[in-house]
Amino acid sequence: MKFFNALLSGLKDVWAHKLRSMLTMLGIILGVASLVGMAAIVKGMENGMKETMVTMGGADKVLILDAQVPPEQEHLADQAPGRTLQDVYALRDSAPLIRLVSPEMSLGRSVITRGQKQVSPSECVGVWPAVLEMNLHTVAHGRFFTALDEEYAASVCVIGTGIRDELFGNPDETGKEIIPLGEVIFINEQPFTIVGMFERYESEQDRRERELAKRRPAAPANGPARARGWGRGNWAFNRKNLTVYMPLNTMWLKFRAGGDATTDVPDPRLDDIDIKVADFGQLEAALQQARNVLMFTHKGIEDFSFRTQENRVETINQQIRNARLSGGIIAGISLLVGGIGIMNIILASINERIREIGICKAIGASPETVFLQIIVEAAVIALLGAAIGVMASFGLVDLLAQISPTLNLPVITLPPIFVAVLCSIAVGLLAGVFPALKAARLNPIEALRYE
Amino acid sequence: MALLELRNVSKLYQLGGEEIRALDDVSLDIEGGEFISIIGPSGSGKSTLMHILGCLDSPTRGTIRLDGTMIHDATARQLAAIRNRKIGFVFQFFNLLPKLNVLQNVELPMLYSGVGGRERRERALTALQAVGMDNRARHRPSQLSGGQQQRAAIARALVNNPKIIFADEPTGNLDSHTGTMILSLFHQLSAAGRTIILVTHDPEIAAVTPRRIEIRDGKIAAKIDAKLAGLDRVSPAVPQA
Ligand SMILES: Nc1ncnc2c1ncn2[C@@H]1O[C@H](COP(=O)(O)OP(=O)(O)OP(=O)(O)O)[C@@H](O)[C@H]1O
Ligand SMILES: [Mg+2]
Repeated sequence: MKFFNALLSGLKDVWAHKLRSMLTMLGIILGVASLVGMAAIVKGMENGMKETMVTMGGADKVLILDAQVPPEQEHLADQAPGRTLQDVYALRDSAPLIRLVSPEMSLGRSVITRGQKQVSPSECVGVWPAVLEMNLHTVAHGRFFTALDEEYAASVCVIGTGIRDELFGNPDETGKEIIPLGEVIFINEQPFTIVGMFERYESEQDRRERELAKRRPAAPANGPARARGWGRGNWAFNRKNLTVYMPLNTMWLKFRAGGDATTDVPDPRLDDIDIKVADFGQLEAALQQARNVLMFTHKGIEDFSFRTQENRVETINQQIRNARLSGGIIAGISLLVGGIGIMNIILASINERIREIGICKAIGASPETVFLQIIVEAAVIALLGAAIGVMASFGLVDLLAQISPTLNLPVITLPPIFVAVLCSIAVGLLAGVFPALKAARLNPIEALRYE
Repeated sequence: MALLELRNVSKLYQLGGEEIRALDDVSLDIEGGEFISIIGPSGSGKSTLMHILGCLDSPTRGTIRLDGTMIHDATARQLAAIRNRKIGFVFQFFNLLPKLNVLQNVELPMLYSGVGGRERRERALTALQAVGMDNRARHRPSQLSGGQQQRAAIARALVNNPKIIFADEPTGNLDSHTGTMILSLFHQLSAAGRTIILVTHDPEIAAVTPRRIEIRDGKIAAKIDAKLAGLDRVSPAVPQA
């Protein structure tokens, strides 16, 4: 009851000095807005980075790379076998800590043509079906390769929507979605039948923008159409959409037949072996297991190395931590300044009201009542400031999303709002303690006499 | 047992190494229902005595018993509670809170004693009725005349139904007509059985109170100065409402 009354009169006082209270709150408002805003931006960054990460195959993907043999094996370098299907079979059959093995044989400098149109894919690779799970692909139309395709080295391919857009037309421009299953395209002059197409990969934000544009058609653009979508963060999605896959054997027989002069066998070396570990927590053990297997197939010559995504994850986390820290420091300083402002105003206002405080004491206000009254006033200012700050942060984030072309949409989350509001209440209470004590300890007679 | 018992009460102030005895070894009994005026020359210690009697201040030495409880060494919090429930103050400068209206001012003491909202309002209105101010309940103090403000202040002093009402020069800031009106209000309260202690300079006021206490240099004077107490005049008519 007492508290409620104190709250009410605190609110009244704030209302009575609107401008002054507003100016006092400014520090808190800025502090809360920057805290919540910063957290939103960092969250947006984080989301974007995670999305990109997933687009590139997820954090549990490990690449097996060619490497220089170590110095003590230099004399064996010319016997180094390189990465072959041998390794893939061995890893698949005798490394239980490895869940997935995906061999890749790629075609450098590939051009895909259809009539007059042509496109350079981001990658044109011979693969096993394991690649779907490895690179997190989803076949939206048609099918992927069967064992027969692999066995007979069939001239079939599965394409990303980017390839379709270039060769058959972009649904955003033509207005209808073309699904070119059964069509024949030429990969470096060799005819291939399209048997499947992936779904369209895009960032969360792009998807929303596209849907929005669909709902309300954009004003006809005059002037040259601006190239869009090659900005930061989006490259991973665009790359993925420009994929062309064919069965591994097809690649081997059709494009590697230049062969090896000594054996008459097409060059069996793979360009990539990607693996996924069964348990991310056992990454180290899995890598050791893979190493043992490969040492065996490579006759003890260590001409390979592993590259995990861990470094990348670590950098991302580091960046996020840095951004959080700097945001936190800015918000902390603003809150501190806000607190000092509140203390200043409350001190001034009790000096103005010494006589009133004396009157209240004379008619029976206890020191606790006076203390409560003053501190609630401080807390009310802080709390109102925090509320306005939270609202301002929504505006801030909106504004940021409008003016900055950053592709990571800031996302306001609840925890930073809680933290910010709690911090402001704490700041308000702290700022109020000293003036409130001062007022509570006033001698009633001296206060009554004060002019 | 008297309502108020002072025994050997002294109040000392240190001013630049010099000791000022604002009250010097005062002993005094006040019974319930008395109507007393405290008189004396300026600076003699009247206000100091009233502050100590009214629990606004604590004595340097001596003991005070109010309504059966010893209060000379009570804490600030205990004193506040006693002031709130047992004592009402009326000041020379009215001392209403300027930001609150009359009704809210009168409700204030009940707010501190935790009376619920509806009862607070009813009792405040009754108290305002008793001083003839119920038609000004929604006015701000700045919109009232001095006499009206003082009546509102009296309503505030009465509202918690205190045992004693202290008034320090309650008519000091009013013209004589309004002063008479306020004074008649005190007479009514006295007639209704309330204990009233008036600090005054005005011999005419002192003359009409049943008991007078004269303070001189911090002590209770043995013999009342007849002139100061207005006793040299033809006994003035006790103003009636
Ligand atoms: N806070 C204080 N510090 C020092 N001396 C004080 C203080 N308060 C009162 N005094 C001294 O105590 C003495 C009594 O003061 P008090 O206010 O009681 O006089 P008073 O009788 O009410 O006078 P007046 O009729 O003018 O109101 C005075 O000499 C005054 O200077
Ligand atoms: Mg005085």
